[in-house]
Amino acid sequence: MTRSRTTLAYVLLAGAAVCFLFPLIWMFATSIKPEAQAASARLSLLPDPASSAPGVAADNYAAVWNDASILFPLYLRNTLVVAALSVVGMTLSSAIAAYGLSRVRWRGRGAVFVTVLLTLMIPFPVLMVPLYMVFRDLGWIGSLKPLWVPAWFGGAFNIFLLRQFFLGIPAELDEAARLDGCGHWTIFWRVIVPLSKPALAVVALFHFIYVWNDFLAPLVFLTHRDQFTLALGLQMYQSKAGLTPWNLLMAASTMVVLPVLAVFLLTQRAFVRGIAATGLKE
Amino acid sequence: MKARETTAGLLWSSPWIVGFSAFLLVPLALSLWYSFTDYPLLKPPVYVGLANYKALLNDARFWLVVKNTAIYAALVIPLCTILALALAAALATPRLRLARFFTAIIFLPTLVPMMATAMIWLWLYNARYGLINNILAAVGLPGPNWLENPAFAMPALVLTALWGVGQMVVVYIAAINEVPAALYEAAMLDGMGPVRRFWNVTVPMISPAILFNVITLTIGSMQAFVMPYVLFRNERGQRAAGDLYNLYLYDNAFVYQKFGHASAMAWMQLLVVLALTGLMMLAGRKLVYYRRGK
Repeated sequence: MTRSRTTLAYVLLAGAAVCFLFPLIWMFATSIKPEAQAASARLSLLPDPASSAPGVAADNYAAVWNDASILFPLYLRNTLVVAALSVVGMTLSSAIAAYGLSRVRWRGRGAVFVTVLLTLMIPFPVLMVPLYMVFRDLGWIGSLKPLWVPAWFGGAFNIFLLRQFFLGIPAELDEAARLDGCGHWTIFWRVIVPLSKPALAVVALFHFIYVWNDFLAPLVFLTHRDQFTLALGLQMYQSKAGLTPWNLLMAASTMVVLPVLAVFLLTQRAFVRGIAATGLKE
Repeated sequence: MKARETTAGLLWSSPWIVGFSAFLLVPLALSLWYSFTDYPLLKPPVYVGLANYKALLNDARFWLVVKNTAIYAALVIPLCTILALALAAALATPRLRLARFFTAIIFLPTLVPMMATAMIWLWLYNARYGLINNILAAVGLPGPNWLENPAFAMPALVLTALWGVGQMVVVYIAAINEVPAALYEAAMLDGMGPVRRFWNVTVPMISPAILFNVITLTIGSMQAFVMPYVLFRNERGQRAAGDLYNLYLYDNAFVYQKFGHASAMAWMQLLVVLALTGLMMLAGRKLVYYRRGK
């Protein structure tokens, strides 16, 4: 009984692993083929002859990097600027707000926290029209500001995550610090932040991935081609007049995917722990 | 002392309170006001009462996107939940080797930027050279034109959502690992097989995680945008079979510049999302099992 159950699990998981992984493998395989071989009925993973793979790959990736219709280096720079500014702002401001909602005792704290949770249910598309008007009146449309300034005011989900973590830190630590004459600011930086590095790293990671992947906000708020982020640039590259060859499109996609996968592989443990934490507990 | 702590609490929470007001409360209020106005991009809004709502209710594309979004959600929510539960149950098999390896692979697609995911599927679904039709041809089956044949548009879209199920799987595995082993031992002594143990022990014990995932899926499937945008849009506009709610909202706002219509759509969506979430939470009180204490 147990053995047949284990066998069944292996069969299901092996099948799933192939289905989940193969699209990514095929993306990469297409990106290292010449155009004529990519757009054909061939099912092989390597170009023919296989020894030509490094050369073809170098050609394809260089072609994307230098393509005047995607401006890859510039979009990479824009994405990194937005990501750096928002990740720092998001982590810091979410931690500060979470501190106020967990380590300071005050009336109204519960109500504010419930409001934080409620905002999680509001879909971005509901906000995009009025936000566009707000940003237009602030004179931000046509700059990168709409993509990173709001991050400096914290994010509901991240505040929730950090608050749960802060609540788990023993209260005696604050009290000891307070007896030594420390105020909230000192307690935050000297006690809470050092003890919360794993949680802060998870928030930074989540937000980096979020920014890197975001398409709708750049689509709505960026007007000038020179300000595009990679996600937006990739879509423009695909839809531009005169079809983009599949091998180049897959090379461009690979270049957008790789940094995220690299970050994930380097931080896998923290990441999975963070995701698991999101689904548990009120 | 108490008053000082209240000031401190407010002060520490102020980044979020300010951001919430500026980037959420004010926009929501503005959007409610716009929904009762005629608002073309370059002119100030003019109050028109319920005209936008009435126009939408008499608009064929509005009903089309409502129908498509409902079908999409009705397929994605149960299918993703079943697949995620099945994978999590398999991954939680005792003494399974390579469990972490399989988890990582199943999780990987959720990290791929949505836009790159869309490019990959665009290529896989390509009618002439796409991998799916190449494989079908290799075994002698005729491949459909996945993206242009209206009958296949919705299945194609749902399949891409299933590929992104990994995040839910991770949440389910974590929940399953929290179930006390003693419960399984008791169920085994009662002579329950693995299937009954799953239904009678695992599912009730992880029901809070199921509720959480179903609510997330509901909100997410109603918001679908990037995938249908890439798969079903060209210079002529959105293909009807792959037209979803937020695509029409986007078109109203940024293509037709009818901000009044777009805002009315936004508010209707918001109310539906809130109502559905509220209903599910209410149902959850009856159906979900919360363990006492922590």
